[in-house]
Amino acid sequence: MSSTEAVVTEPRAGQKLRVEHLGLVYERDGESIAALEDINLDVSEGEFICIVGPSGCGKSTLLNVLAGFLPSTSGSVTIDGESVNGPDPRRILVFQERGVFPWLTVEGNIGFGLSKLPRAQRDERIAHYVQTVRLEGFEHTYPSDLSGGMKQRLQVARALAVNPDILYLDEPFGALDSITRVMMRGELLRIWQSERRTIIFVTHDIDEAVQLADRVVVLSSRPARIEDIITIDIQHPRNISSPRYLELRDELLKQIGLAYEV
Amino acid sequence: MKIPVRLRPVLFIAALLAIWQIVIGCNPGQLLPGPIGVAGGIVELLEHGLLFKYVVASLFRVTWGFGLAALLAIPLGLMLGWYRRGEMAFYPLIQVFRPISPLAWIPIAILWFGVGDLAAIFLIFVGCFFPLLLTAMSAVHAIPAVYFNAGRNFGLSPSAFVSRVLYPAVVPQLLIGLRITLGIAWLVVVAAEMISVNSGLGFLIVDARNAGNRYDLVVAGMVIIGAIGLLLDLGMRSLEQMKSFHWTSSEG
Repeated sequence: MSSTEAVVTEPRAGQKLRVEHLGLVYERDGESIAALEDINLDVSEGEFICIVGPSGCGKSTLLNVLAGFLPSTSGSVTIDGESVNGPDPRRILVFQERGVFPWLTVEGNIGFGLSKLPRAQRDERIAHYVQTVRLEGFEHTYPSDLSGGMKQRLQVARALAVNPDILYLDEPFGALDSITRVMMRGELLRIWQSERRTIIFVTHDIDEAVQLADRVVVLSSRPARIEDIITIDIQHPRNISSPRYLELRDELLKQIGLAYEV
Repeated sequence: MKIPVRLRPVLFIAALLAIWQIVIGCNPGQLLPGPIGVAGGIVELLEHGLLFKYVVASLFRVTWGFGLAALLAIPLGLMLGWYRRGEMAFYPLIQVFRPISPLAWIPIAILWFGVGDLAAIFLIFVGCFFPLLLTAMSAVHAIPAVYFNAGRNFGLSPSAFVSRVLYPAVVPQLLIGLRITLGIAWLVVVAAEMISVNSGLGFLIVDARNAGNRYDLVVAGMVIIGAIGLLLDLGMRSLEQMKSFHWTSSEG
């Protein structure tokens, strides 16, 4: 299907995001390089999807296409039946690092996308999300005085504040230490469960994917194709030493082609 | 003996002044006037009302030359930094003009503006324009792509993008560029006043020598120039320290 026809695709009830035959080829030094090939994916409203794959495979590229930052060269991405033609405040991309504006305080960052709201409403929204990401007491602090985990929470709060229906997260905890990373997963799940947004989360960490996702999309190495989509059928909170958890984790590791031993 | 940290530079300067005075005392009349003679010169300038007049004249020229250069070079530099094609077109021209010392413009400045304030202001303008232009261009290049993407993601209009992302992102680098360039302006004004005007600290130095080898006044002029240069630099530094300006791209 070409992208011109895709505009009229009628979404199924509860379906949020539809990716059809998506491909991306770019030119470098006169050579055509395929980055994405025939990606097909349906995501339901409120679903938590993790995208994993070998490093450099094009996970972030895929996310950037879904968020409208990169145009695809074939296929289509539609959200609620409407094709994606560029970045839009209805879907916010959270970056791995440096995503918050260092010249704004915590409050200023969270309110960044709210300049059109009346003052009182904006302040209320800011206060709500300061609380949601547990940054109370840091409202007037600049990012340079926040820890890595706090900055990422701030970025998530700034994204949520504009009330997007999809959050794209590009290895958001990748630059954090391992203890902070585990705590951040818990925080994100808590926020996801209370706010019920659709989340597409790119990670290179298999455990992260199995702990967070409803479904895990496994990409192949370049050009990225979907190898498999694995449903994580474990209730939250997940017991990370349960047999089912370990089974799914091993299945994913096998998919990616990693042995059981280091 | 424990000396408070803040007093150390003061004591050091006092020691240097003492050595200066002693050396001059041993070789009278040859090298330089001593610090006491220079202090006398400053007092004399104060008494004649010349010091204040000359400082104001020099600062007036610097303000105009530097201000006009900042007003033109910064927006132009930001634009060229943003539109790479424009930058590619202008780059050779900039690189040809940049290494020409502002002093090389003196004859042209006098030809165009005659002897007077305008010529001096023009020379300062020329001296400040290119450093500021290049600072603004490189400040735009140094903005991390994440800020652009975040700005686009939140649906900013082009004008909102400039005022809420581009401008705050370049401010820290611009402030450093402005501070360094203000130093250049202060260097250029002295040279310009030696040739193209009849007032100001540069004129004071040339005039003191021509009118009877008053080296105490020459050195007094130099001391005043140094002191004001220091104050200008301190003023710009205190701007850089402001919290919403003072962040580096490694943070955030």
